[in-house]
Amino acid sequence: MSTINARIEQELKSIARELLDSKEIEAFIGYKKGSMPMTMTPFVARSIEDVEKLCWNSFCVLNLANYLPQVLRSFEPPRRPNEPPPEGPLPKVGIVVTGCWSRNIVVQIQENQIERDRIVIIGISSRGMIDKKKVYKMLNGHEVTSVEEKDNQLIVKGPDLYEEINRWDVVRDNCKTCVHPDPSIYDVLIGDLKGERQIRNRFSQVEEIEIKTPEERWNWFISEISSCIRCYACRNACPLCYCPTCFVDDSRPQWVGKSKDQVDTALFHILRAYHCAGRCTDCGSCESVCPMGIKMRILTKKLQKDVLELYNFEPGLSLDTPLPLSTYKLDDPQDFILTDIKMGDKK
Amino acid sequence: MKDFTISKSQFLDFLSEFKKEFDIYGPNETSKGFYDWVAIDQIEQFEIKQGLPKSSIKTFLFPQPEILFEFSANFKDPAAYRLKEPDFKEKKIILFGVRPCDARSISLNSMPYSEDTYFQKRLEQILVFGFLCKSVCSTCFCSWVGGSPVSMDGMDIAVFDLEDAYVLRPITKKGEELLNRAGLDEATDVEKEAFNRLVKENSNKNQSNTADILKSKDLFDLYNASFWQELSDACINCGTCTFLCPTCYCFDIQDEVLKGKGRRIRYWDSCMFPLFTLHASGHNPRGDKLKRVRNRFMHKLKYFPDRFGPISCVGCGRCIRECPVSIDIREVLRQMLET
Repeated sequence: MSTINARIEQELKSIARELLDSKEIEAFIGYKKGSMPMTMTPFVARSIEDVEKLCWNSFCVLNLANYLPQVLRSFEPPRRPNEPPPEGPLPKVGIVVTGCWSRNIVVQIQENQIERDRIVIIGISSRGMIDKKKVYKMLNGHEVTSVEEKDNQLIVKGPDLYEEINRWDVVRDNCKTCVHPDPSIYDVLIGDLKGERQIRNRFSQVEEIEIKTPEERWNWFISEISSCIRCYACRNACPLCYCPTCFVDDSRPQWVGKSKDQVDTALFHILRAYHCAGRCTDCGSCESVCPMGIKMRILTKKLQKDVLELYNFEPGLSLDTPLPLSTYKLDDPQDFILTDIKMGDKK
Repeated sequence: MKDFTISKSQFLDFLSEFKKEFDIYGPNETSKGFYDWVAIDQIEQFEIKQGLPKSSIKTFLFPQPEILFEFSANFKDPAAYRLKEPDFKEKKIILFGVRPCDARSISLNSMPYSEDTYFQKRLEQILVFGFLCKSVCSTCFCSWVGGSPVSMDGMDIAVFDLEDAYVLRPITKKGEELLNRAGLDEATDVEKEAFNRLVKENSNKNQSNTADILKSKDLFDLYNASFWQELSDACINCGTCTFLCPTCYCFDIQDEVLKGKGRRIRYWDSCMFPLFTLHASGHNPRGDKLKRVRNRFMHKLKYFPDRFGPISCVGCGRCIRECPVSIDIREVLRQMLET
């Protein structure tokens, strides 16, 4: 009997094939199998033959929206940085999305990084992606040579190893607390929509840190980032990070020191998180790709909580609701502005 | 040179005796729950596992940062802007549990760094206890790139695990000198024989001549090959592979000045980053992703062998394990060999 993912994969291939065949799109952004168990490689299918490589399972942890702006640009005629795009319709690109990836596409459209009419979106309601680090932890670091995915189970094999793991036990933290598994924007849907998920407390991970004293919190943060090697995988895997030159790379002026100084590493992580405020969809790419297992997602999750509390806003749910930090309203909350409080004191 | 023997349970105590003279590190479970280099004082349970510590041995040979010199940037200071050599730490370092791939990276990196005083000074300070491999992981491919699970290249002392004891074989003068004054028992003939037999059994009888094949390939055929496009489509251009790689040694240099005190530092850089090749003019010869991805593999597998002989990869497989998008250097190597 075929699994849910196998059926999705079948349908995905046939839709992608049709779109490429009819020349509606120039390329399709999806996933192909990686060389290691539980790994996947993002893949740009440019021909009908390529479509056969497309694959779908619970190990697609990197947000594909990340690739969209650059793939779209690759089909535009070359031009200078500030030159406007040429007149007339430009080639389209197809992409497969889950809930959070689709919300990132909404943010990218709102921030004028991509155009809605140049993308064909295939939506899938997410069942949660798997954190392979959790699997390895469960197996005590044992070598794994193959992992077979059933609907609710993983069958893990290796030298002297056969283990059946309950799928939900190893689903990523962000997926477990996800409220919107359905794509918020799509042209074609595979499977059914699931509707909002009821989560008792989706910010429990953040609250564990919030109840600490400022000193304990700082120690947690410093210890968490202490193993950072500054490879910037978290930044590069993030669909929100599209600046032509990142502040950590800038040398004129230089904002951040380049070696492994704790102050610089801390500054990078704090600023990276703040740049995502009101934009982050908690897709968990940053945490999934980190080679050192740093839980930097808790920082952006905290900001997500703040934005929800202050503005009653979650990014990417609708194209019509503007992003709170790039719009201005007279009744915006202002109590966090410190100078205001000081002025009040003087009076 | 004499071989020595020691029971496994005594190994850590034996090393600890050198604590006054050396800082001692070996692979162990870290407080963050992964296998990495840990100072001997923090090791509670000694166990050399199969496989590799997460970071490579270059952490010790290319410190983050390497201070090249220091200066005072305070113009009132009589010594202002006079360059001062950094104080090298007097204490030497012992690294134990070093796998043959990591050890071999030392001799490969020594080729481009043969005249680098900083690297050479670090090299003098480090004593490598290499642990030969009896088994390989699914990501190991040392024998494809000129190494072997029992290669002793780059080690000062080679250690073989004979189930109930370790046999220690000095490889360099430095290693011999240390073992001679350690007061260990000399290995029995049976143990010596077991060591030799295991080396023979585990060395690669049909080792591939990958480097020679790559050297014979036309550079521009490889450069213009079509497979780079699909590889670079997936790559997110992060520095994971380069920073975990034991043979990625590229760096950048900067001056840091704080409150009148300045230093020039050398720190890890990655050819995956766009700024790596950005010219002051604004031109970037490797401005797009494909060029950067291609350069990383071409450097390791073509430019380096062309210039120095061997491939600049030891087959440790760290990049395969940790790549966020599962780019596999073995697959790239295969494609290059087929081109």
